[in-house]
Amino acid sequence: MKNQTSYWRENLRLIFICLTIWFVVSYGFGLLLVEQLNQIRLGGFKLGFWFAQQGSIYVFVALIFWYSAQMNKLDEKYKNGEQKNG
Amino acid sequence: MDELRWYTYIAVFGSFALYFAIAWWARARSTSDFYVAGAHVGPVQNGMAIGADWMSAASFISMAGLIAFLGYGGSVFLMGWTGGYVLLAMLLAPYMRKHGKFTVPEFIFDRFELKAARVVAVICLIIASLTYIIGQMKGVGVAFSRFLEVKYEAGIYIGMGVVWFYAVLGGMKGITYTQIAQYCVLIFAYTVPAIFISLQLTGNPIPQLGLGSTLADGSGVYLLDKLDQVVVDLGFNEFTTESLGSPLNMFAYTLSLMIGTAGLPHVIMRFFTVPSVKAARASAGYALVFIALLYTVAPAVGSMARLNLINTISPQNAEALVYEERPQWFKDWENTGLLEFEDKNNDGKVLYSADPVKNEMVKVDQDIMVLANPAIANLPNWVIALVAAGGLAAALSTAAGLLLAISSAISHDLVKGIFKPQLSEKSELLTGRVVMTLSIIVAGYLGLKPPGFAAGTVALAFGLAASSLFPALMMGIFWKKLNGRAAVAGMVAGIGITMLYVFQHKGIMFIPGTSFLGALPENWFFGISPNAFGAVGAIVNFTVAAIVFRFTAPAPKHIQAMVDNFRAPGEANQKVTEH
Repeated sequence: MKNQTSYWRENLRLIFICLTIWFVVSYGFGLLLVEQLNQIRLGGFKLGFWFAQQGSIYVFVALIFWYSAQMNKLDEKYKNGEQKNG
Repeated sequence: MDELRWYTYIAVFGSFALYFAIAWWARARSTSDFYVAGAHVGPVQNGMAIGADWMSAASFISMAGLIAFLGYGGSVFLMGWTGGYVLLAMLLAPYMRKHGKFTVPEFIFDRFELKAARVVAVICLIIASLTYIIGQMKGVGVAFSRFLEVKYEAGIYIGMGVVWFYAVLGGMKGITYTQIAQYCVLIFAYTVPAIFISLQLTGNPIPQLGLGSTLADGSGVYLLDKLDQVVVDLGFNEFTTESLGSPLNMFAYTLSLMIGTAGLPHVIMRFFTVPSVKAARASAGYALVFIALLYTVAPAVGSMARLNLINTISPQNAEALVYEERPQWFKDWENTGLLEFEDKNNDGKVLYSADPVKNEMVKVDQDIMVLANPAIANLPNWVIALVAAGGLAAALSTAAGLLLAISSAISHDLVKGIFKPQLSEKSELLTGRVVMTLSIIVAGYLGLKPPGFAAGTVALAFGLAASSLFPALMMGIFWKKLNGRAAVAGMVAGIGITMLYVFQHKGIMFIPGTSFLGALPENWFFGISPNAFGAVGAIVNFTVAAIVFRFTAPAPKHIQAMVDNFRAPGEANQKVTEH
């Protein structure tokens, strides 16, 4: 039970980190700060526009894979106490 | 018959033959096959199937067209329809897979122990899925009528027949393997023309990079800068900064689409087909990779199509297009009524302008941009034929997934779960197939209805998923003590306010003239459009659930133990086929 609680806590921490980044790249860079970021250029793109139409999607993909990898590690770490549950 | 028609027949019927063969090979033999493909699908395969399931006629045909005309405002669709997968991967899919059941309403019933909760979930699921299928049927009708030159109605009948064959025969198993093939067809059909056009315009074969490159005409001007300049010259707003309503509206719109995506049952269901929790997380990642392949190309397709369109009909520093000398694609699309020209000043030339008084391109339907794009760019005929097959693959794969969601909700949750618990597996399978057949007939019938109906219903599908299913599922997992009554109160309040808002601005059941507050943006709540209201509905849902929870007893111990179980590490629970 104690193991389970700390597994869940660590999971929540990972989710919090991921969703913060998720929010910053899409709602932050793509919408709320778009005018400021548009002053910066990335080749032919205005940076805010790039985040809204390209960058945020790349970050979403990376976030899911990073989260999955971290969770696999957590699963490994907490595996022993869980055999009976299978 | 000309060359283009031959190529189109080969591409369309060749791909259909492939789907039929797969469906026959992977036909369903048990309810487990029928609902969750026996839970044997690998994460990469499942990712591809989710990609095809998710990317509908709207993604394939409409989205790039929306971006072409909305510019930066179109970003809400790009972020909204991809960001939801992050929520799915972290907030819903792994826990729901661990719990190990067949359908979304079944999960809700297990968690909240109220038949009312299950029924509300089934109703939301049916309305959301059915409205969504109508759009697919229309996509099939348009693609058939344009490319095979049959009547729109005939196109819908053919589409119904094809989906019926492989969805009813194969269930989730057949659908999964067909969707994998359909994904390959649709992504090939989408990216090949985009690569050609990107090469033509910028010399860069990768559309995502071409969009940020300089033009290949030697001017050294960036493509997006050029596009900004030509649209402003015609009197439109600047492409890269044009907003979709107020910033608050764009924010709410994006949020509604994200949580709506995460709450759509036909997508969640696909996560029940993988063998483990680990595979559920991974398949969300692969799904988004496959989806991102199309979604990051779409802005390039949209911008380049807009630029090509303007360069053809109203080029800078040159004479406008003479109507009598218009290209073949112009005539073809005029025949469908999706493109209309009216010579207002009688000079025989096409004047394209943002000013509605002067503008002679009276109608340029955004849905034709992707389909007409290869022809506008003078690409070879086989590429145009490919686009027809791709559009059909996108529409059919999504329709099949939705039909499965509906039939499982009715046969498994309503008939077996509520009315007739002693139903044998064999009868349940038969019921599922009968319900699916009926759903195809209803969807086909609604697809023949006037277009305003389909457009209005999309807002409702996302609004319902965002305001009812997503909050209920999320709270069910993250709020251990939440009880059934609070959850149902929240769902009903969320749906209620969202439907009220959509109906008051778009008419009751979208019947013109019945909207009691008018469709005008001046009447919108803080400038939030009806399509973006799901996010507000979700907030209402959370709030009402929290209030009711304060006055009711927390969830019983065995439910809390169940929540602990699906939050815990370890193998997913076995699918229970017998009750």
